[in-house]
Formats: sequence, C-alpha cells, structure tokens
Amino acid sequence: MAKSIDVSDLNIYYGDFLAVEGVNMTIRARSVTAFIGPSGCGKSTFLRSLNRMHEVIPGARVEGKVMVDGQSLYDPGVDPVSVRRQIGMVFQRPNPFPTMSIYDNVLAGKRLNAKRLGKKASDELVEKSLRGANLWTEVKDRLNKPGMGLSGGQQQRLCIARAIAVEPQVLLMDEPCSALDPISTSAIEDLIHELKSDYTIVIVTHNMQQAARVSDETGFFNLKATGEPGHLVEFNPTKKMFSNPDEESTEAYISGRFG
Amino acid sequence: MTDLTTTPSTSDALPLQAPSLPRYGTIFAIVFAIAVGALVSMVIGAGSVAALVIAWLALVVALPLWSLAVEGGRKAVDRVATLLIWSTFGLAMIPLVSLIYTVVSKGSGILSGQFFNNSMRNVLGEGGGIYHAIFGTLIVTALAAAISVPIGILTAIYLVEYGKGKKLARVITFLVDVMTGIPSIVAGLFAYALFVLIFGPGVRLGIGGSVALSVLMIPIVVRSSEEMLKLVPDELREASYALGVPKWRTIVKVVVPTAIAGIVTGVTLAIARVAGETAPLLIIAGFTTDTNLNPFSDRMTTLPVYIFQSIASPPGLYRQEYEDYAWGAALTLVTIVMLLNVLARVIGAVFAPKSGR
Repeated sequence: MAKSIDVSDLNIYYGDFLAVEGVNMTIRARSVTAFIGPSGCGKSTFLRSLNRMHEVIPGARVEGKVMVDGQSLYDPGVDPVSVRRQIGMVFQRPNPFPTMSIYDNVLAGKRLNAKRLGKKASDELVEKSLRGANLWTEVKDRLNKPGMGLSGGQQQRLCIARAIAVEPQVLLMDEPCSALDPISTSAIEDLIHELKSDYTIVIVTHNMQQAARVSDETGFFNLKATGEPGHLVEFNPTKKMFSNPDEESTEAYISGRFG
Repeated sequence: MTDLTTTPSTSDALPLQAPSLPRYGTIFAIVFAIAVGALVSMVIGAGSVAALVIAWLALVVALPLWSLAVEGGRKAVDRVATLLIWSTFGLAMIPLVSLIYTVVSKGSGILSGQFFNNSMRNVLGEGGGIYHAIFGTLIVTALAAAISVPIGILTAIYLVEYGKGKKLARVITFLVDVMTGIPSIVAGLFAYALFVLIFGPGVRLGIGGSVALSVLMIPIVVRSSEEMLKLVPDELREASYALGVPKWRTIVKVVVPTAIAGIVTGVTLAIARVAGETAPLLIIAGFTTDTNLNPFSDRMTTLPVYIFQSIASPPGLYRQEYEDYAWGAALTLVTIVMLLNVLARVIGAVFAPKSGR
C-alpha cells in the first residue's frame, strides 16, 4: 500500500521569504529516507510540505510539484484533509491529546473523522496499532488512563500508534527522537525498521548515526550562506552518503568539519 | 598591575551558614509592636485605630532594623518586602471581611422559609418575601447567559481559530474592547430603546433585562474564552490536522475540549458578574411586587432591583421592615454569587485535562 513521492523544482515560502529552493528528489516506496543538515536549513519545512501541513502556518505557500502515485498534491482540486489522511506525520515533541485516554488517543484519527467503529473493531485496531508501535505490552492494562500520564518515549510511541491507526501510505517523522533518551530512541528506531515493510517513511534527524542506522537513502540540506534559502545539496543511498559522498560539503558536514 | 585572580577564602569552612533571627523572631516583633502601639496610644490618649497604626509603624521599623543588625542587608530587605505585601493584603481584606460581616449580621435575622416562599404582593410591613425576586434573578440571568454564551464562545473561536491577522478580527477585538467599557446604564437604555421600537413606549419585559445584561456579558465571555483558546498549544491542532481531521472537527473535538474547563469557569464568572446588575434592569425590566415567571410579558423584579427599591422608596410606616428585607435579599444575592464562584472552581477541576499520575 505504500507509495513513492516525486518532488520537482519545489520552492517553499513563508510569506515573501523563500525558505527552501529548488528541491528535486524521488522518495522510494517501502524505504526509509532520512534528511540531515544544520538547523534552519529547511528540512522540517520541506517535510511539512509533503503532506500540506506547511500551509497551516499563515502566509506559507509552495511552488513546484509534489507527485504522489501520479497525482500532484498541490493541484487546485486536491483537498489537504484527504492528503493528510494518506500521509501521516509524527512530530518532534510528543503531543498526545490531553483530554483523551490512551485508547481514545489511538482511535483519535478514526473517531475525529466520525468513522463509526464497533467495540470489537475498535479494540482490534487499538491493539494492532499499539503493537505496531511497540507499546502494547507496556500499556495494555491501563488503556483508559490519560495519554499524558505516559513517559516521554511512551508518549512518542503513542503518537506513532495514533498516526499508523489511520493506515496512511506514507509516514513523515520530524525529529521523532530528539526529545527522547537513548533507550526510547532505540525502541523507535527498531520500530522504524519494522514499519518499513508496510510504509514509506521519511525522517528528519539531527543525529547522523541515526540517519546511518535507519535509512536507506539520505538527503543533505544546507544553506548556501546565512540568510540565503536552504537547498538540497545531495541525495544518495545512505551507504554511499556516509562512505563516499559526491559533494565536498556533505563529507565536511558528516565528518564534523564545517564552517 | 591589577590582580585579576580571585583568591579563594582562606577559612576552612564554606560560608554556608549565616546568623538568623530566632525562630519566633517575627512573632516576638509583632507582640513587641502591639505592646508599643498600646502603650503609646495610652500615653497620648488615642483610639484603637491610632494604636494599630502606631503598632504597624513600629513593626515596619523595628523588625527590619533588628534583621539588619543580625542577618545583614539582603534578609532585611526581604523582611521589608514581606511586611509590605502582607500589610497591603490585610488592607485589601478589610472591605471584604467588613462587607461579608455586615451583610451576614444584618441579613441573617430575616431569613426563614416564609421569607423565601412569599412575594411582596399585597404586603406592607411583615410577612413578605423575596420569592419573586429570586426567580426574577434566576430567569433574567439564565436568559442573558443563553443569549451571550453561544455568541461569546463562537466569537472567541472565530478570533482565535479563523481570524488571526485578518482585518475583521482586529475590528471585532476593538469592538469587544469598547463593549467592555460600556456603562451598564447605557446597556439598559439600549435594550429599552430596542424594545420600544418593537412594542412601543413604556415597555417593561424580563427578556429586555436579559438583552441588556447580555450586552454586558458578551465581552467578558469573549475575552475569557479567547484567552483560554489561545492557551491550547498549536501542536495539538497540528497533530489533529496530520491525522487528516478537518479544521472544524479539530476545533470541536480537540481545541474546545482542551480549553473547556477555562471557558466554563469564565462563563460562570461572567454570570456571577452580571447577576448583581441593577441599573439596566431598573429601566427595562421594571419593578413589581408580584411573582412573574414569564419573561416575555410584564415587569420582572430581580434581587438587586428589589434591594434598591426597598431602600430607596419604602412605604413610610414600614421603613424598618423594608430595610430588613433588603439586607436579607443582599445576603441571598451574595450567597448566590459565591455559590456560582464555587461552582466555577468545581467545574474547572472536573473538566481539566488529567495527567494520570
């Protein structure tokens, strides 16, 4: 069910400010694609433009094409709500809904879209999603407790469970481990490996080791200069990227020599 | 050449311990100050208020000086600040305590089943009650809430969720600010003018009072709901959008439930605020001694208006009885408002998002 994404000549703006310029890439289906680069170079902005979350910010807009499964996401006839149902997202900071229990948080995507689910179907979906997010054994006895009562790592896995419960084609992850300890991080990386067989996964990370560990392909974003828009420097298989990158600046960034 | 290195302290112990006043130092100081106040006022023959002022002055001077001598400057300044803050707190409490004491002591005597179960119809002197005014207050305020709560909350939702940065939103915010400053008598005149247009001059209706009160209530509800909605983090909205939930459903199912505790508290406080209004109701709801439960016809009395009339124009022979009635009604009104405040707190606690820890 996973889909590939083709991006061509994508310019992303905040009002008049050009944040990311001229991105071209193909994100393969059923693989993990990682974006690395310094802060403020537009990785997250680019990620958000892949499921039209970018335009939630007032004044933000996009030029260029993002094609998923042969359809352009930015065609006038496309409903951003349907796009987001197909392309899920996990954020940097865990953000479970504070008014809902663990159970309701997982079902939020279905319930909020007014899908009627029987008790049995709901239970199954909750268990399947929580198992998929490696959280089931930890929370199965307290599904009716508030989601905010979990630890940070558990909350983040709850958010992943919530995202996969709506069965998207693509899962976007915006620095999902940056607020987590190494053990929770490792749990989520294992999870990414498992999810890869069903979903197309795009992950933004500041952790180069993490990109090397989890991804099949890596994109390196950088700023041309301070105040200039960010751009995609290099997009290659992760192995090549970390051993023999095409660009000088990629190697400099990965090996810690920059500036 | 100047010495740029700081020499470490040569003594063996770290300077963690400092001298301080004895444990009951503050109480000693207060007792001492009261003694000084009493003594000085006795010597110069002043009253108890003067004694209190002298005691306060003695405390404000003596305790920091003692602290300065024993503990040093920083602690002494802390003592001065603490004293001043407690003093202003005490000062602010005087009117509140005095008001509650006066209302309870003067109003509690009249309270009885008969007082709550009778209106003032055909009553001169004894035997009357405030049944009609209690129900007037409840009906007029409930209708005012029914008008202003939906308008207020929907306006707040527009301002926070849809209107960000738009010109219309700025205009609305400005108008709401202007509305906050409308004197209540003007709101009453507005409602009167409105109903005169429909029903002709001399109209007196309970619903008119509700309209006047809602003019006063809407800006309060808008302001408090707006602040509460702003407190909902954008991350929650984005989490919901990312699940493919449309904006209006995100607002109804995620944003409003997260903010509901604060919104309900704000609404309850707004109700408590307008329940005590007198001036607009004098104009548009009028005054009657009779029980009227239909807000759409005839005059309707509320507790504040009843209190005003009982004090301002009692029948000459029964001045004393009417004053007692007024105090009883005042106590009832204060109790209703206080119950509403307690209710707001309970609701706030019940609806608040739970941490589960």
